[in-house]
Amino acid sequence: MKRRDVLLAVVGLLLVWQVAAWLVNRIILPGPVLVGRVFFDELIRGELVINFLASLGRVAAGTALAVMAAWPAGLMLGQSKRLDRIFAPVIYLLYPIPKVVLLPVVVLFFGIGDAPKVVMIFLILFFQILVLVRDQAATIRPELLMSVRSLGAGRRALFRFVYLPASLPGILTALRQSVGTAVAVLYVAELFATRLGLGYYIYLQGSTLVNYPAMYAGVLAMSLLGLSLYFVVDWLEKRFCRWQQP
Amino acid sequence: MIQVESLTFAYGHSTPIFSGFDWTVQSGEAWAVLGQSGCGKSTLLSLLAGLAQPSAGRILVEGKPLTRPRPYTGLIIQDYGLLPWATVRENVELGLRVRRFYGPDDIHTPLEFKPAPVDPWLERLGLSEIADRYPGRISGGQRQRTAIARTLVLQPDLLLMDEPFSSLDAPTREGLQNLMLELWAEQKLTLVIVTHTIEEAAVLGQKILVLGERPNTHPLIIDNPGAARPDFRSTDEYLVMCRELRQKLQATL
Repeated sequence: MKRRDVLLAVVGLLLVWQVAAWLVNRIILPGPVLVGRVFFDELIRGELVINFLASLGRVAAGTALAVMAAWPAGLMLGQSKRLDRIFAPVIYLLYPIPKVVLLPVVVLFFGIGDAPKVVMIFLILFFQILVLVRDQAATIRPELLMSVRSLGAGRRALFRFVYLPASLPGILTALRQSVGTAVAVLYVAELFATRLGLGYYIYLQGSTLVNYPAMYAGVLAMSLLGLSLYFVVDWLEKRFCRWQQP
Repeated sequence: MIQVESLTFAYGHSTPIFSGFDWTVQSGEAWAVLGQSGCGKSTLLSLLAGLAQPSAGRILVEGKPLTRPRPYTGLIIQDYGLLPWATVRENVELGLRVRRFYGPDDIHTPLEFKPAPVDPWLERLGLSEIADRYPGRISGGQRQRTAIARTLVLQPDLLLMDEPFSSLDAPTREGLQNLMLELWAEQKLTLVIVTHTIEEAAVLGQKILVLGERPNTHPLIIDNPGAARPDFRSTDEYLVMCRELRQKLQATL
């Protein structure tokens, strides 16, 4: 996608927003100029930055833990038909559960700090990465493995030179598919028992302080968080999966 | 170089592919293994590569029983076996990287192995121009050249090839067959190539092993001394050999 096209889309969306604000003409929908001004004011004041960093930290920690746990687990299941036969029914049952419903349970077990938010993101990403990596590892052609084994590769070298790089696109696809959901669930998670994070900030500004421009600035910051994560995945794909690009 | 002694091999409880099969390959020979689909050609190659183990009997390479892939045996397969995420250069370097990964342990990497640079091989096989391309963006012939370079950079003494040229068009196939004969002579390799094509067996095999219906108990061997000559393809001897191979192959059915 060209940068110019993305920029044009941004301008288009801002125009639609502005027109909608004119048409609605109520304080519950301030225009992009006002929200933009408040957004930068809040940035300078540091309020938005602190909450943005809190949310970013939770997403980063949850994602890192999910990748670290699901990547090797998915590779093991993909390599071992016996292990997969044992765990496939469990994954089949757990995978479709909308993880957001587990939030109260997670809060009960992990308390009110950062932990439950990180755990929620972990749960969402873990299953997605596990399933995609497992499937990708299972579809590696036996001829490829045979040929690399003939070069002297044992189990460890196969892991390093075949399974790990082969599963990288699966991880990035999983992240691309789930990063939006993860940020959405983070918003819900940050409504619970916390005083930090963009979810809390949006809720506080909208429901308690009735400062709608600041609430929209928070929504904008949360959107930027999701978008920037999406861009990071895009960059990683361009950097590490060049062979898949047209 | 290779001694196959009383080899028996079967998949599960099916009819054995080999039963009490004996066969010997001398160092520096070029062998073609010819047979119909399902006769056990590729299985024989897997056994020689140490990727499968006999149900009974044994295989010796350079006097040592073969229990696992041997560092000095190269294997080239029909679908190239290249890593799709690695460039041509990275694929050619793969065997060297695997050896660096383990270090000289005398299992995966021979103790006395001195890695050679890959550039001369890229040059020799006409791959320098495409060294930074991915396998998905080069032709079948170039992919097979990459697989050959990747194997030869490890300085093998035994090269096993499983239908390496069967998915290539005729001119590319002939070019690579000639190249293999050049490399075989130049590198003093022992070559065993599995094929179902009579013409390929006649061109590449100075000795041809014809496999028949299961179980194979005795080797049917045909001498073909003219095979390595560059003009062999256009001689009457070649046509006579093809006819003989066709008759032998039909007789095995």
